[in-house]
Amino acid sequence: MIDQIPSLIPYANPIYFAYVLIALIPLIAYMLWKEKRLPWYQSIVTLVFLYISFGGSSWKQGVALILYVVWQTVLVALYQKYRQKHNQSGVFYASIILAILPLFLTKLFPVFDFHISFIGFLGISYLTFKSVQVIIEFRDGVLKTYKIWDYIRFLLFFPTISSGPIDRFRRFQKELHNAPLRSDYADLLKLGVHRIFIGFLYKFIIGYYLGTLALPHLEKAALDGGLLSWQMLLYMYGYSLFLFFDFAGYSLFAVGVSNLMGYKTPMNFNKPFASWNIKEFWNRWHISLSTWFRDYVYMRLMFLLVKKKLFKSRVVASNIGYFGLFLLMGFWHGFTWFYILYGVFHATAICVNDWWLRLKKKHKNWPSNKWTHALAVVVTFHVVCASFLIFSGILDKLFFN
Amino acid sequence: MEETLLSIIEEVTGADVRDDLDLDLYEEGILDSFGTVQILVEIDSQLGIQVPVSDFEREEWRTPNKIIATVKSLA
Repeated sequence: MIDQIPSLIPYANPIYFAYVLIALIPLIAYMLWKEKRLPWYQSIVTLVFLYISFGGSSWKQGVALILYVVWQTVLVALYQKYRQKHNQSGVFYASIILAILPLFLTKLFPVFDFHISFIGFLGISYLTFKSVQVIIEFRDGVLKTYKIWDYIRFLLFFPTISSGPIDRFRRFQKELHNAPLRSDYADLLKLGVHRIFIGFLYKFIIGYYLGTLALPHLEKAALDGGLLSWQMLLYMYGYSLFLFFDFAGYSLFAVGVSNLMGYKTPMNFNKPFASWNIKEFWNRWHISLSTWFRDYVYMRLMFLLVKKKLFKSRVVASNIGYFGLFLLMGFWHGFTWFYILYGVFHATAICVNDWWLRLKKKHKNWPSNKWTHALAVVVTFHVVCASFLIFSGILDKLFFN
Repeated sequence: MEETLLSIIEEVTGADVRDDLDLDLYEEGILDSFGTVQILVEIDSQLGIQVPVSDFEREEWRTPNKIIATVKSLA
């Protein structure tokens, strides 16, 4: 019976936006009128929307979500209590492993064609990023105390629950306890509405045209044409643009709805295809994910390597850091060969990028003008598109089916 | 302390930063995450001031002047 009630994936269907708007009108009116937040109402709205997305026919995901939140909440609370008196590395690493374990299992089970319905749910990786981040900040002593309810609100903030952007706990907490002034909030509302409408254009018009209408034909032609064919080239462009418009559109919805609720969730994209090198690309593509990996994986790993002087050459140390980071990112996307190759591809590209930057530093007389800049943008765009071609999985169909 | 910090920045980046202490090091491509880590390690070993990596924010480290101000506030 319960299986017959349809559940709504966040932002996938226009009716979802109608529900969001109806639910948020009282909140918006109250915040404009009183310049205060309405925590209990926000909690009810959150529960309703979690039910809309994880109830009904998705009820197994709902159960998985509840179990997951209990697991993380207990784990973080125990670590925080422990950290007040002690600081052993072993306990820290064990806590991180336990925090990642549910995500690790959901990624591992499909490899063995093994399915447990109560462990995975839409958005589990994004919640894991949030939880791991809080544990690391306790470890570093940047965060000393917290309110458990703030943490749960942070995890379950419904506008970003399914696919980010990944917010930072201290930033979110500040906003949770401080309501914006009326004039700032009015600007934020305008910005939020604007973002949601750009999102409609990106996801429901351009993304729909590319993904639903064009890509199936392009894919079929590319599979017939083979790896080195102009059809494959066309598919590569089509898929890359689809990936951008679909995900950037979704991210605009998530940020826009956060804005309507008076939160400044960070943006995820900043004209990525205008990047002039791969390093710049990662500053502009899926920003909340790449800065998360930068701050909580790459920089920590490098700090350890540089401090312990494990590598004589700084170049070698830095390159090892890149491979560590991008391999992890590849595995995070899924335990499949083409995701891992995607990671290796980007690690290699960024090492080459660093080598090129060092070379350029030595040759200050090399030309640098708007033409070389344009060339750099075109080259970077194609390297990125090639990586997305790997990511799309079409090579798997081409070689193994 | 200013002198030590400036020489650390110069040693790590290989760039002359004394002419313009408000130069945006990230925007100019002089500093990246790896350079930042090297600076944090040097600050720890030469000045004995520890900056937790998770507390690092690019906004507070953008220019030589900002680095000096941030490290002073941590000392």
